[in-house]
Parts: sequence; C-alpha cells; structure tokens
Amino acid sequence: MEKVEAILYGSRWKGFLGFIALICLLPFFISSQYIFTLFILIGIYCIVTIGLSLLIGYAGQISIGHAAFFGIGAYVSGVLTAKHDMSPWLAMGIGMIATFLIAYMIGMQVLKLKGHILALATIAINIIVYILLVGLSDITGGASGLIGIPNLSLFGLELGNQLHYYFLVWAFVFLVILFSTNIIRSNVGRVLRSIHDSEIGTETLGVNVTKYKIAIFALSAMYASLAGSLYAHYINFIAPPTFNVSFSILLLVMVMVGGVHSIWGAMIGTAAIMFLNEVIRFVGHTVFNISGEVEIVVYGLIIVVVMIFMPKGLIGVLDIRGKFAIKSAAKKNVASEKGV
Amino acid sequence: MDLFLQYLITGLTVGSIYALLAVGFVTIYNVTGVLNLAQGEFAMIGALSCVTLVNLGIPILGAIPLAILITAIIGFGVERLAIYPARNATPIILVVITLGVSIFLKGMGLIIWGSSPKSLPPIVESRSIQFFGAVINSQSIWIFILLFVLLILLYWFFDKTFIGSALRASEKNPHAASLMGINTSTMSTIAFTIAAALGAIAGVMIAPLTDATYEMGFFIGIKGFVAMIFGGMHSVPGAVAGGLLLGVIEAFSGGYISTYYTDALAFGFLLLVLFFRPQGLFMRATGERV
Amino acid sequence: MGNLLEVKNLTKKFGGVTAVNDVSFQVGEGEIVAVIGPNGAGKTTLFNMISSFIQPTVGEVLFKDQKLTGKKIFDLAPLGISRTFQNLQIFSNMTVLENVMMGTSVKLKTNVFSAGFRLPVVKRDESKAYQAAYKVLEMMQLTHLMHEQAGQLSYGQQKKVEFARAIVYDPALIMLDEPMAGLNDAETNTMAGYISDLKKKGHSFLFVEHKMATIMQIADRIVVLDFGTKIAEGTPEEIQKNEKVISAYLGEEAI
Repeated sequence: MEKVEAILYGSRWKGFLGFIALICLLPFFISSQYIFTLFILIGIYCIVTIGLSLLIGYAGQISIGHAAFFGIGAYVSGVLTAKHDMSPWLAMGIGMIATFLIAYMIGMQVLKLKGHILALATIAINIIVYILLVGLSDITGGASGLIGIPNLSLFGLELGNQLHYYFLVWAFVFLVILFSTNIIRSNVGRVLRSIHDSEIGTETLGVNVTKYKIAIFALSAMYASLAGSLYAHYINFIAPPTFNVSFSILLLVMVMVGGVHSIWGAMIGTAAIMFLNEVIRFVGHTVFNISGEVEIVVYGLIIVVVMIFMPKGLIGVLDIRGKFAIKSAAKKNVASEKGV
Repeated sequence: MDLFLQYLITGLTVGSIYALLAVGFVTIYNVTGVLNLAQGEFAMIGALSCVTLVNLGIPILGAIPLAILITAIIGFGVERLAIYPARNATPIILVVITLGVSIFLKGMGLIIWGSSPKSLPPIVESRSIQFFGAVINSQSIWIFILLFVLLILLYWFFDKTFIGSALRASEKNPHAASLMGINTSTMSTIAFTIAAALGAIAGVMIAPLTDATYEMGFFIGIKGFVAMIFGGMHSVPGAVAGGLLLGVIEAFSGGYISTYYTDALAFGFLLLVLFFRPQGLFMRATGERV
Repeated sequence: MGNLLEVKNLTKKFGGVTAVNDVSFQVGEGEIVAVIGPNGAGKTTLFNMISSFIQPTVGEVLFKDQKLTGKKIFDLAPLGISRTFQNLQIFSNMTVLENVMMGTSVKLKTNVFSAGFRLPVVKRDESKAYQAAYKVLEMMQLTHLMHEQAGQLSYGQQKKVEFARAIVYDPALIMLDEPMAGLNDAETNTMAGYISDLKKKGHSFLFVEHKMATIMQIADRIVVLDFGTKIAEGTPEEIQKNEKVISAYLGEEAI
C-alpha cells in the first residue's frame, strides 16, 4: 500500500532528473550574458505560470490579473529592502504571506464569479493595483519607480553574478515544481481536476469547491509574489508599467500556448513565448527596421492559430504518449435516455 | 451647480461612447456566447482609418461611413477566421482567442498608423454652447443625437426586421433557432459585423475628444465591458444605461475626488457591483432582454 | 425500524407552476424506496430538493432528525447521503480509480499545504482512499478498468463508476436518479444485485426509475407521483393493484 502514488501516477523522478540535468548543463552552452538574462527571466516567469497552470488548467478558473500579485511581491521586497534595510529573505517571506492573505480575501469574493466575468474582475483588480502602485508614490516611488533594490545573498555570498542568480532562480523553480506536483498527485489535485470535469459532481461528494478554488487562487498569487521578489532583486529596479494588465495577458498567453493542463506545458509555453518575443524583436528591428512593439502582430497571430489548431497547447503536440498532459477524453456520444 | 451640470454633461458624453461599445458587447455575447475582448480594437480601427481617410482629402461625412464599413468588414473577417473555427471551444480558449485578435489588431494598428497620436477634426465646427451655466461642446450634442438615432435604429433592427428577430431567437435559444432553420453560424457573423460597426462609430466619436492611438483599444474596450456588466450582460437598454452611468461616475469622481484615481474608482465600483449585484444594476427596470 | 429520511410536505413552485405539491414520505433504515411517476410528474424536482440542489417553497426534509433544508450541496455527504445523476456527472478526464477515490474525499484531511509539503497525513489519506476504492471496484468487478479514462468507457460502465463513487465512503442513504436508464437487461440485473446486496449491509436507498420490472423486484416501498402530487404509496403488490396509479399510467399511454 506504500506505492499508491506510483500506482496512480507513476514515478516523477525521471522527469525531475531530466529537468535538473538540463538546468545544470545549459550554462555550458550559453555564451552570451544576454541569453543568460533571458533564461533567468524565463525561470522567474515560470514560477508564475506554474501557479497559473494550477489555477486555470487544474481548478478551471481564469485570471488576467496575476501581474498585480507579481507586482505586490516585487514592491514588498523592493520597499522593505531598499527603504527599510530589511533582510531580502525576510522581505520575500513577508511578501509571500501578505500576497497569500490579500489574494485569499480577494478570492473569497471574486471566485463566486465565473468565466468571462471572473476574467473582467481580475483585470479590474490588476488595474486598481497598478493605479495604486503609481499613486501611492510616497511608499512606492510612484511612476518614476523604485531604485536601489539590493542583490540577494546566500551564506554570505552575494548573488550579483549571473550564473549564481541563474542557479538560485531555477532552484526556486524546482521547489515550486516539487510543491505543485505534490499537490497534483494527492487528493487535492484530484479534487481540482474533478472541479474541471463536473463541479456539481464534486460538490455532491462533500467537497466545498469554493474553498479549494480560493486556496489555489491564493497559492498561485503567492507563487507570483515569490517571482516578483526574485525579479526585483535581479533587476534591482522596479516601476509600475511592468505590472500592468498587458503583463497579465502575456502570462496567460504563455500558459495557454504551452498547454494549460500541465505545469510542464506552462513552462514550455513560457520559454517559447520569451524566445519568440526576442526573435521577432530582433528580426523586426534589425531586418525590417521597425520600432516599437511590432512583435505583437506575430504574437497575436500565433495565439489565435495555436488556440484554434492545438487547444491543448504545444505540449499537446509534443506529448504523443500522453505522459505529461492530462488526456482529454474523446467525448463519446453517450446516448442518455432522457427521463422526466 | 454649474460644475455639477458640467460634470454630468461630460460624463454623459463619454458614457454615450461606452454605451455604444457595450451594445456591441451585448450583441456578440448574447448571440455567440463569446466575450469579445477585441471590441475596443474596432473603435481604434474606426477612429484611425477615419483619420487616414480625412487626410486623403475625403470630407468627414464621407469618411465616417467608409471607416465604419472598413471596420465592419474587419469584424466579419475576425469572426470567419478566428472565432468560427473555434466555435466549439471552451470559454477560456475563446477569451484567449479574442485576446490574440486584440493583440494582433493592435499590432496592425501600430504598423499602419505608427505610434504617434492622431486627431480627427470635429464632425461639426467646435463651438461652445452655454447651458444653465455649463459649457457644452457642440461635439457632445452631436454624440447624443447620434446615440439616440442609433438606438432607435437598433431597436427597429432587432424588433422589426427578420434578421433582427433571427438574432434574438438565436440568443435566446440557439438550438430551437437552428431547428427553425435559422443559421446560427450566419448569425454569429452578423453579430460580429454589427458589433464592429458599433465599435467603429464609438471610435469615430471619441477621436475628436481625445487623440486616437493604436493603443487606445484595449482600455476603451474594457470600459465597454464594464458598462455591459452594469447593465446585466443581456440587455441593450441596460448596456446603454450602464455606459452612461460609467461615464458619469468617471466624470464625478474625476471632478470631485481625484482625476488620478478616476479609473481606480470606476473599477472599484465595478467590483462592488460584481460582488453584490452580479445580475446588473437595472435588471428590475429593464428585465426584458432586447 | 427507525426513519432515516423524512420528507415533510415538500412543495416547489416555479413561478405559477407547482412542480411538486405537498409530498410527504419516509425512508427507513435498510429500506429501498422507489419514486415513480409519468414524465413530468416532478420526480427530479423532488430529488433535487431532498439533495439540497434546490430549496423547497414549503416543507422540509429531515435526515436522522436533522434538518436538511437550507443546507449546501456539500453539507450532505458528511452526514451520510450520496447521490448519482440521471445525466452522469462522472469525471471523464480522470481514471476509474481516481473517480472512485474521489468518493472518499469526505473522509480525508489533506489540504493544499499539507499536500504541498507532503506531510504524513497525505500518505495515510492516499492509502485509505485507495484501499476503499479498490475494495468497491473489486466488488463491482471493475478492477480491470481501473486505469482507464472514465470518459472513454461505455455508458453502462460509466454508470457503474458513478455508482461505485457514490457508495465508496459507506453512506447511510444512497440516492439514485434513474440508475438503470440506458442499461441493457444484463447490466440492469447486475445493478439491481448491487443494490440488494448493499441493502443487506444496512444501506438505505431512494431512487427514481422507469423500469417497472426492476422496481417491483427490488423496492420495499414505492411512492407514486403524478402532476407533482403523491397519488399512492405502498408495497410493489399494492401499487400494482392501485387504480389511481393504473389510470395515471394509462393516461400517459393514451397521449
């Protein structure tokens, strides 16, 4: 009976070892600082998108507002360390707990809403948080941003170095993956997936569905807060525009394009969109000499095409054996005899 | 008192534009079940293509219908190319598709019109009219008249024409409508085309008030969505009332509280409505779906 | 035999239409009660009121002398009431085993944080859920399907999965909404067999069904509804002879 998890879900350590090997080997092949930066940012964003995958793919609740939680984390870290000289690690923890509580309270109200209206409510929250970040300039530094956020240090070693920060960020990503797969491979994970299939069916089994939705919403917000703190200590400077709705949309797109039903899909989507972004920007600016955010044309197009032709995302295409993503059952035409 | 009236009129003017967008939202949402987050981009395209047409030397009264026509054709294309192929997808996927369309159209706007703001000359020569101590821009009056005429036209269209009845039927009961021989997929296309045209009209109307840029779409679209929620999602009169209310809330909070926090207050109010009256503010008054 | 479930004067009005009108009956411990009636008689409305899906206009439902009226859907399972659905509510993207394990949720204590940190409670819960589910699957001879996606099974198998999910945590009262609809004769008999077996173990059943032969065979008592009103109640033999019942059904045939 020890191996219930193995019976249900098989082993996850092969995937983990592959992941760790990839992360350790990558630095040997990266020659430019620019690509390093990109990988560090991908890691930071992955922490958010893994949470979104739990929220959207597992619990079935949409959010176009997670940039707000990312921003709250970044600003709690930034303000406490740059202005009050607090230890970055303590500030990070405070940010996570505060974001969890804020999101929990927001979630209690917001998650009564469904589908499109939930999407709008999360947009509204994002807009309000953004306006507050600019408006409360005494605390946040306002539109001109917050400078002087220190680097993180670990065991007396300051992690200003790209390579060190790369490993730190990806270690956090690994912890987040571990925590999230622990959840997925437990009764909580089954409850989340069952909500997706039949909310009524789940409630009938005595599960308070709303409580689970709120918990996952708050957890995903907490991940976003962690990512925001890591971002603030990496860039050392934060300003409100980073945390606007357009970033929430970008995060949503990453998750959807990668494959929302799997945290690996979310990560693939994050990396794919980040690389795509750079490639389009490069081609657009150097080859066609266009300025501004023209890459969004290709973006938009890719989102539409991916959503129409592979609604399960990139991982749905890569995943021929159905190992990562949850297979969506080919809906059989169940001819139920209609009674009363 | 003068200020109060001034804010009220400003609010109603902007609110009329939100109302038009909200009517577009309601039309698409009720016929297709799709929440079209690209609705605001139609306003952007309408406004900017009108500017281009005017710059080409076409008189404004000719440019406006042309701009509306162009936007309507784009709305038609969006439905055929992006929405129709995914008509059976889940709501989340459809929302993301309309987000993709919105981003794409915004990018096209940037490529075609560049990033600098463009302005449209007012439809009539801008004059200020004194009204009980408040100053009314003549453009505002035009906007009111236009909104009024459009609403009558829409009412006539939905109530008296065959296509209008068919649209209403497919919004109330798509299955029954398709049994009655109404092609619901055609209805979806028509809904998108109409919504695009309404969006374009809103854009053309707003452009003389504030400059038009390729970025204007998303936010103005969200405002239309908010207006639709105030009105309870299903009703055209509700959407109009919601739009006017949103405009007035913004004008008053901007006037009396803080211009900076206008949007925060408007969206805060939205959240309160969602939490406490998710069925909309006016359901009792305008309970019937239009 | 004490009363497990007591339905008192339940009435439901939708606008001007009275779907269920002043219906009262009881389900005793270890009893199988069937609700029958022509189409549109209000059986599903009655069922939904008892299981807290909708609230009655008038009347109340007591379970072990505790008031159910006004409770949330998820409050019922912890009390010992489970139900199935006429149009299945199985989790089609999950395996059969996972579906049935979900039925034990009410007995588990894992939450998001204990799951994330893998506290010891998780392992205990998982093995408890697995053992309970395996036992039921074994009893219903479904173990060979336990790793299949529930959505890809045949309709009859899906009904079995939903039934297994409803009984796995040992509820006192099991409510079945048309458990035999869409099943062939062999499957119907198997299902009737499960119900009779569980009755012997002390479980009570309340079910809505159309297949008369099966009802007559397994039900202890039958409640007959017509146009929302209870027109008869009694043993299968009594109901078969009841003239009101006969005319209600004949009336339906005539249409």
